[in-house]
Amino acid sequence: MDLLQLDLLGNALVSGLLLGAFYAAVTIGVSISFGMLDIVNIAHPAFIILGSYTAYIANTTLGVDPILASIVLLPAFYLLGVAIYTVYDLAFERRGDASIRGLAFFFGLLFITEVTLVLVFGVDYRLVEAVYVGPSISLGPIDLPLRLLVPALVSLALIGALQVFMRHSFTGRAIQAVAQDPLALRLMAANPTRIKRIAFGLSIATASVAGAVLIVIQPVEPSIARDYIGRVFAICVMGGLGSFGGTVAAAMTLGIVESLTATFSGPSWSPAVAFGFLLLTLALRPTGLFGRS
Amino acid sequence: MRTAGFVVLLLVVAAAVFGAARLVDNPYAFFAGYVVLQYIVLATAWNILGGYTGYVNFGTAAFFALGAYSTVALHKLTALPLPAMMLAGGIVSGAVGLGTGYFTLRLRGTYFSIATLAMAVVVQTLITNWSFVGGSRGAYVVRPAEVMGLDYVQYLFLLMLLLAVAAVTIARTIERSRLGTGFAAIRDDEVAAEANGVPTLRLKLVATALSGGLMGMAGAPLPYYVTYLDPASGFSLSYAVNTIAMPLIGGTASWIGPVIGAVLLGTLQQVATVTISSALSLLIVGLLLVGFVVAAPRGIIGWFGK
Repeated sequence: MDLLQLDLLGNALVSGLLLGAFYAAVTIGVSISFGMLDIVNIAHPAFIILGSYTAYIANTTLGVDPILASIVLLPAFYLLGVAIYTVYDLAFERRGDASIRGLAFFFGLLFITEVTLVLVFGVDYRLVEAVYVGPSISLGPIDLPLRLLVPALVSLALIGALQVFMRHSFTGRAIQAVAQDPLALRLMAANPTRIKRIAFGLSIATASVAGAVLIVIQPVEPSIARDYIGRVFAICVMGGLGSFGGTVAAAMTLGIVESLTATFSGPSWSPAVAFGFLLLTLALRPTGLFGRS
Repeated sequence: MRTAGFVVLLLVVAAAVFGAARLVDNPYAFFAGYVVLQYIVLATAWNILGGYTGYVNFGTAAFFALGAYSTVALHKLTALPLPAMMLAGGIVSGAVGLGTGYFTLRLRGTYFSIATLAMAVVVQTLITNWSFVGGSRGAYVVRPAEVMGLDYVQYLFLLMLLLAVAAVTIARTIERSRLGTGFAAIRDDEVAAEANGVPTLRLKLVATALSGGLMGMAGAPLPYYVTYLDPASGFSLSYAVNTIAMPLIGGTASWIGPVIGAVLLGTLQQVATVTISSALSLLIVGLLLVGFVVAAPRGIIGWFGK
């Protein structure tokens, strides 16, 4: 391999790692809803795109930094999640009929969110402006574009904060407990429905920040949510459902593989990489690469 | 009613539909009717897997588009008549259904659903990168003016009408056979069914292959209907949403549910697309889907009968 190829490889690896950190932020919400609560929220990527558009509105109309705006908007997304869970709980979990209709419910939400965004904003690609969108830092032959570096750091900070919350707060521990044994939780005088509602609210809240970093990394239009469904569930399953560390490791693996594919085979193949990964994981090791078997 | 009598009745209804469409004497009647019939086939096919066994397929667009692209490929290679191409499209999609099922149906139902979503994107990427069938630029298919003295659009309409009769007959026959009992056992409690000696994996594979095959057959005439096919339209998410919404709105318990759902939603969309806009008509489908699964879990047929 000559020097030019080596440069390409190095750059592909670094941008893959940064992309992977961002993928982890996109997935962390599903790691909570699907991994811990067993709620198959396939509409999560659509809420992330919604997060991109709220950051876009704040950025273009008020001139606010998109990531800062997304942090301010966290409570709004939390409330959206609480509202969705309340409907889901009444309509499906109480009836003990969460499978087909629950899946169809989220599929419908995915579709409604996407079509509404198309109706309001059209299908044009939207961009945000921020000081870190253009420049990059050079480390020898390796380029570190700030457009990728800042989202990666924000993503890791988001996951770190969630991890601290899950480990050290009572509610966080209760969320981990509800995944394992709701009955035992009830015996400890905690209400599983309330805990699940909080957890689902948190999972949707992460979509605000994930959406903002998404629109910093790439231009956004409503239908790109679909490209992320495969990535998100591939990472979540590979990471071993609900494990934050596993999620980050799986996300970085996928980021690197995708980035290498895009560099050496062309970007038109990269959507298939994530889904191919997912199909292989499901077929060969459904407990995840980093999960307990 | 015996199956033979049921088929005769369906054929009489089909003949009446065709006669009525000819009486209207407006080419648009055939264009719009074709889409509604196509959705009857898709919704019925989805329900064989989704309604009877309880496994949700999000990948309708992939099975449908595979049928359509089989036709594009065959059209370039040979001069087969369309019914033969439909059979070929059905075989391709049925085989893909079998393969997807084989890899994922041992897992929980959720994983199967996610895998079908994933499969749709993998297949779309493969087709987009396959230049023989047009790649991302799409493919043109020249439609003959007529077949055996019949206008070609009317011919497509007739073929889809017959396919709809076949699909509904298959669904109703399954419901009343041992196969249907096995499917219902899987849906209600798969572990108990397995423990009682129901060959669950084999039955689920039969359902996926049959369901996928019918979807492929429904997609096979599409290139001749649209005359220009590109991956974005062939793999449109609206196929998946419609195909799930129709059985759930009509009711998944019986063959008539998907038919009711397809006729109502299909007609509604044809009207709304012309009078309002296609994006808004899709929004209506999404809202109806969510509304029905939340408020009317047994669909329209749940309002009647027991």
